[in-house]
Amino acid sequence: MAIKVEHEIHGRRRGRNLGVGLILVAFVAMIFGLTVVKVLNLGDIRGIEGFDHVAQPVTVPDLPAAGEGDS
Amino acid sequence: MTDASLEPTATLATTGLPMTGLPMTGLPTTGEAGMGDYLALLKPRVMSLVVFTALAGLVAAPGSMNPFLAFVAVLCIAVGGGASGALNMWWDADIDAVMRRTRDRPIPSGRVAPGEALALGLALAGFAVMMLGLAASQFAAGLLAFTIAFYAVVYTMWLKRRTPQNIVIGGLAGALPPLVGWAAATGGLAWPPVLMVALVFLWTPPHFWALALFVRGDYGRAKVPMLTETHGDRVTRNHILAYAFALAPVSLALAMSPVGGPITLGAGAMLGALFAQGSWVVWRRDEAASEADRFAAERRLFQLSLVYLFAHFAALMAEAALGTQWGT
Repeated sequence: MAIKVEHEIHGRRRGRNLGVGLILVAFVAMIFGLTVVKVLNLGDIRGIEGFDHVAQPVTVPDLPAAGEGDS
Repeated sequence: MTDASLEPTATLATTGLPMTGLPMTGLPTTGEAGMGDYLALLKPRVMSLVVFTALAGLVAAPGSMNPFLAFVAVLCIAVGGGASGALNMWWDADIDAVMRRTRDRPIPSGRVAPGEALALGLALAGFAVMMLGLAASQFAAGLLAFTIAFYAVVYTMWLKRRTPQNIVIGGLAGALPPLVGWAAATGGLAWPPVLMVALVFLWTPPHFWALALFVRGDYGRAKVPMLTETHGDRVTRNHILAYAFALAPVSLALAMSPVGGPITLGAGAMLGALFAQGSWVVWRRDEAASEADRFAAERRLFQLSLVYLFAHFAALMAEAALGTQWGT
């Protein structure tokens, strides 16, 4: 028969581990909630594409003028 | 106040380590802190003030904010306040160990290692600032970062052990949360939250000096240059009265601002009169009279100061909730 000794330190450890677990779950829930709110608040779904899916002429390097570099 | 009373114990009562003014690294620790010890590092009572005033700044601000974003913003401000507390306890562990009021805190009592408190403080500060930036605005996040840095560096590391004006200047850190709350809601600044900051800023010195009058032996032992230790009771009482009267016009200006209203005006007038009267009573007494009744008036003023601040900000939130703000 196994002897089980429960020390006060074990209780503290359990509480600490439980606390860290709860904090991690809360953190995930918060990030998820923030994502949902931010996406829903966009209104227009095109907004979610934002910068990345819009043509950015200023980022296109200047094309060489006609005839330049032909010689 | 005699010089003898300013002579602190040269070593820490609990560990025998010399008081260096630097974070303690050689404290014996059990390494088995409970969750409550880590929560205690965040100074929950100070956090309640931070949360309440930040929430008032956020609620009183014009416009509406998504409730979940508002919740996350207030949570971040609370965690930022907690991070400041942990960094403060890490740096001040040596003086906490010699003050009766603070010697049971997690670090001086050996339940949490100083390095753990430092790591927790830095991690929570980074978390709070980044999350506030995501939930509200970069501006609000920047203000929160400034607040944490001001409390941890300017107040804790620089002013606290050097000047009796420590809590006057350092009080700015505790005064900024309503401004952060307002910035989270609006993305900018305005006069009303600046008046809220001014109210907390001017309230802090008489609040702490009233406390210092009846726990001053503690500060003397820890070599913290509170006004009571460096200039004595009389000067402290003069300062308390001066600040109590300086608070009145700020309270009035806040009540007359767009976020104020009849409730704030009435509450401000009543609380201002009570606070001035309490300060007057404390000002008229001398050390002998205070010791005779074990600092009853000073203790009453300290408790009244708590009610004063909470009631002011509760009134501001009530105006917003009831739609009775002058600006609506």
